[in-house]
Amino acid sequence: MSGKSLLEKVWERHKVKTLPSGQDQLFIGLHLIHEVTSPQAFGMLKEKGLGVKYPGRTFATADHIIPTDKLHRPFVDTLAEEMLQALENNTREHGILFFGPDSGKQGIVHVIGPEQGLTQPGMTIACGDSHTATHGAFGAIAFGVGTSQVRDILATQTMAISRPKVRKIQVSGKLGAGVGAKDIILAIIGRLGVNGGLGYAYEYGGDTIDALSMEERMTICNMSIEGGARVGYVNPDETTYQWLKGRPYIANFERMKAFGEEMRSDGNAHYDDTVLFAADEIKPMITWGITPGQVAAVDEKLPEIHDLPEKERETAARAYQHMGFSPGETMEGKKIDVVFIGSCTNGRLSDLREVAQVVKKGRVAKDVTAFVVPGSQIVAKEAEAEGLDKILIDAGFQWRSAGCSMCLGMNADQLKGRQLSASTSNRNFIGRQGSPTGRTLLMSPRMAAAAALAGEITDIRKM
Amino acid sequence: MSESIKNFCGKGIAVRGNDIDTDRIIPARYMKCVTFSGLGAYAFYDERFDGAGKSKGHSFDDMRWAGHPVLLSNANFGCGSSREHAPQALKDYGIRAIVAESFAEIFAGNCSSLGIPAVTLSAADMKDLQTCVENSPQTEISIDMENMTIQTVGKTWKAAMPETYRQALLDGSWDSTAVLASSMPEIEKTAGSLPYMVL
Ligand code: SF4
Repeated sequence: MSGKSLLEKVWERHKVKTLPSGQDQLFIGLHLIHEVTSPQAFGMLKEKGLGVKYPGRTFATADHIIPTDKLHRPFVDTLAEEMLQALENNTREHGILFFGPDSGKQGIVHVIGPEQGLTQPGMTIACGDSHTATHGAFGAIAFGVGTSQVRDILATQTMAISRPKVRKIQVSGKLGAGVGAKDIILAIIGRLGVNGGLGYAYEYGGDTIDALSMEERMTICNMSIEGGARVGYVNPDETTYQWLKGRPYIANFERMKAFGEEMRSDGNAHYDDTVLFAADEIKPMITWGITPGQVAAVDEKLPEIHDLPEKERETAARAYQHMGFSPGETMEGKKIDVVFIGSCTNGRLSDLREVAQVVKKGRVAKDVTAFVVPGSQIVAKEAEAEGLDKILIDAGFQWRSAGCSMCLGMNADQLKGRQLSASTSNRNFIGRQGSPTGRTLLMSPRMAAAAALAGEITDIRKM
Repeated sequence: MSESIKNFCGKGIAVRGNDIDTDRIIPARYMKCVTFSGLGAYAFYDERFDGAGKSKGHSFDDMRWAGHPVLLSNANFGCGSSREHAPQALKDYGIRAIVAESFAEIFAGNCSSLGIPAVTLSAADMKDLQTCVENSPQTEISIDMENMTIQTVGKTWKAAMPETYRQALLDGSWDSTAVLASSMPEIEKTAGSLPYMVL
């Protein structure tokens, strides 16, 4: 008999019942909310005359609309101010803890959950945000939900959902110099496609993944949704437990670890599918199009439309038109206008260290606007304690305060016109960075740092 | 219980293309709001209007199709962010059912919880149906949720959708809060059995 995967075990422990529709009613151990997708849910609760069932299991932060230059209230942007006030009122009224801008702990929801030790192995985690899979790095089953589910979780701490299948993504071998977690996940999405994960949870494993730090595992799990998988996770191990040890919400370390060990996938677990990747074949990756699946190695020729599978051709043609690139070119040497270092994919301390390491070698190129936006106020503080802010500012970067910033341009940090942006975030959709005609290239923090210095896309391996 | 949705009948509006993501359905800058009402005005905003706010002739603004309730699109519709603002914007605009070749998972779930049937057709059938609606805007499309078919005059196509969503629409349990809340004792039992819930 085959064993069980972590997903199966966690699901069984959290399943309340099977609903008449055939979906499962799943208990949610940790619910995270932010200002964009929660006010409507609280509105719906009010309409139905319902309260919050377990207010102690929901935590709030503000990240998407937060300005990153001046935090003085009221915000200049009255709509942003209104959204923040709604969150303040809703959390106060229902007794939910809010990591607000004055708390010193505010930040991107997927950065602060782990940072506070709220995210733990074997938990189910939901948030009205599609990058919730980030928390899967700790061996949690974490997924993004819509506002109607936010309402359901507030009211009942459960939601209706079908259990996904599990695909094991096994990465083995040693990564080459200059290649990291971001390149791994971009390579995975490039091979399996933006739809490849539909209906699946991705379990990332293999000796390459085992050797990664927690931050790197988060970068990989974060972009599961870009590959179509709503859930992505890594089995918890010593790296996980040690990283969590001593964090504010780890009430009982031994119990947390024991539960993680119990939930780990069995050695002979059943998987619905398995895909293998060789780490030494992965190069520094960069997107060239308008979906995260339109990705190539930095020195690879961009594909001819007729060489692509039929169903990808239309989007590829649109991508070439929007980006102004042509088949047969390589990304190396493309002049960039903006560099954005940050987001829930790559806005953690280790990312800022990597960037600072590269940046020490020079200065931001003339005509390039370069932003560093730490993922949380704590990340900012830690980086400042190490003097990273100084290195970056001296090199010509703008050092901003924590938030989503230019990952999606809901605050003042936006591309202008057709600007080309080298970004460490996770989405390159048309208009994503705030300008309808703006253009986004996704890449690792090191590659983005190199681009900032050179003023153009550069192969980090040559630096 | 919410209302049971066994079939839906209405005219179609085609928005052709694969991988239409939620940033295109509702650009993030229009998500600065604390309620969903009024979002319809911004559905597909950047595809409908140029920088000066002038219409680019998108089907949502074309008198031949504007306001029709059955949206027809292609593969991987609604990919990207989990924002419920996307289906809410479409709903506010007047969309009541969506037919596509395939849907992104979170988007399909969001549609289900709003009682919007999100039904799939094969790529070839979809092209047929889109062409039909483009040539004859007044075509009535009938979606039969019980038999999982889509009909126009003289034509019937085999449609599909995840069984759980279909059941929830048929038995009126798509507005899930009441259904979930009816199991409070079981919820508390599950909570009590989880080690991390014990303080
Ligand atoms: S950083 Fe970007 S992807 Fe992450 S939560 Fe914020 S907006 Fe979403």
